Amino acid sequence: MNIIFQPWPWYIAGPLIGLIVPALLLLGNKTFGISSTLRQVCAACIPANISFFNYDWKKESWNLFFVLGVIIGGFIATYFLSVPGQVSINPATAALLKQEGVKDFSGLLPQDVFSFSQLFTLRGFVFMIAGGFLVGFGTRYAGGCTSGHAIMGISSLQWPSLVATCCFMVGGFIMTWFILPYLLQL
Amino acid sequence: MKNIKFLIVGMLFGIILVKSQVISWFRIQEMFRLQAFHMYGVIGSAIVVGIVSILLIKRFQLKTIHDEPIVIPDKKFHWGNVYGGLIFGLGWAITGACPGPLFAQIGSGFSVIIITLLSAIGGTWVYGLLKEKLPH
Repeated sequence: MNIIFQPWPWYIAGPLIGLIVPALLLLGNKTFGISSTLRQVCAACIPANISFFNYDWKKESWNLFFVLGVIIGGFIATYFLSVPGQVSINPATAALLKQEGVKDFSGLLPQDVFSFSQLFTLRGFVFMIAGGFLVGFGTRYAGGCTSGHAIMGISSLQWPSLVATCCFMVGGFIMTWFILPYLLQL
Repeated sequence: MKNIKFLIVGMLFGIILVKSQVISWFRIQEMFRLQAFHMYGVIGSAIVVGIVSILLIKRFQLKTIHDEPIVIPDKKFHWGNVYGGLIFGLGWAITGACPGPLFAQIGSGFSVIIITLLSAIGGTWVYGLLKEKLPH
């Protein structure tokens, strides 16, 4: 049982995530992808006569159940299958982040960046609101996210997904190396 | 009720995301700073298992549990793959979460991430609004 409560290594977690691809195909021809649920929510709640949101979202409602499951799974894993504690990251990364202004290393996310009390600061606005906006805008513009392009797309050998995945990484490197240090100082 | 099975698969996905710490902002920082193999291992081995699974499905012409042939729609290249991909990458490094982990973080008790998720939904909505004007 101990092994369940410890953090899982990549060679356990990665293959299990990979198995979601055939599981969804076999359970009903569904292609793995999370960001499309954001479009689903738009179509269901705020379609505003925009043609991109004018489709029968109910036909694809399986993915809303899927993400509801992700929320429940996150809850179960955190409250029943984990011992709370620090994420044991590379000390070099921790040292760099400390230097750049991150103070809290006690959990999965730094509370001094991501919390309600930070929401109305400039830094909080950038990390929680602007960051989220870029994720939602960019994934839809790209036609998928890490699950839809990097995992599902590359698994089915689609080269546009490989291109998109490389661009995800390039965008992430640019942000992390050249912009993020300044954003953390805000 | 036919959707309950997807809820269960989603739950398993959420559990894996949390247990492997993929939802941790710190793990994403490590990845983009090339200071740990963890995230590359997770995504890379997921892709390998995905490739092999799809090859097997095709090789044995497996059908769904409803006995339908399995069809995987083709993704056509458009420049949005590049521009949108770069924009998502910028956001990913800030939030430390792609869309899947956002949902899992909320379940993990980081309720403030509901705001980030709403903002991501807003971003998707603005994309829908501007779609015709953007280069693809």
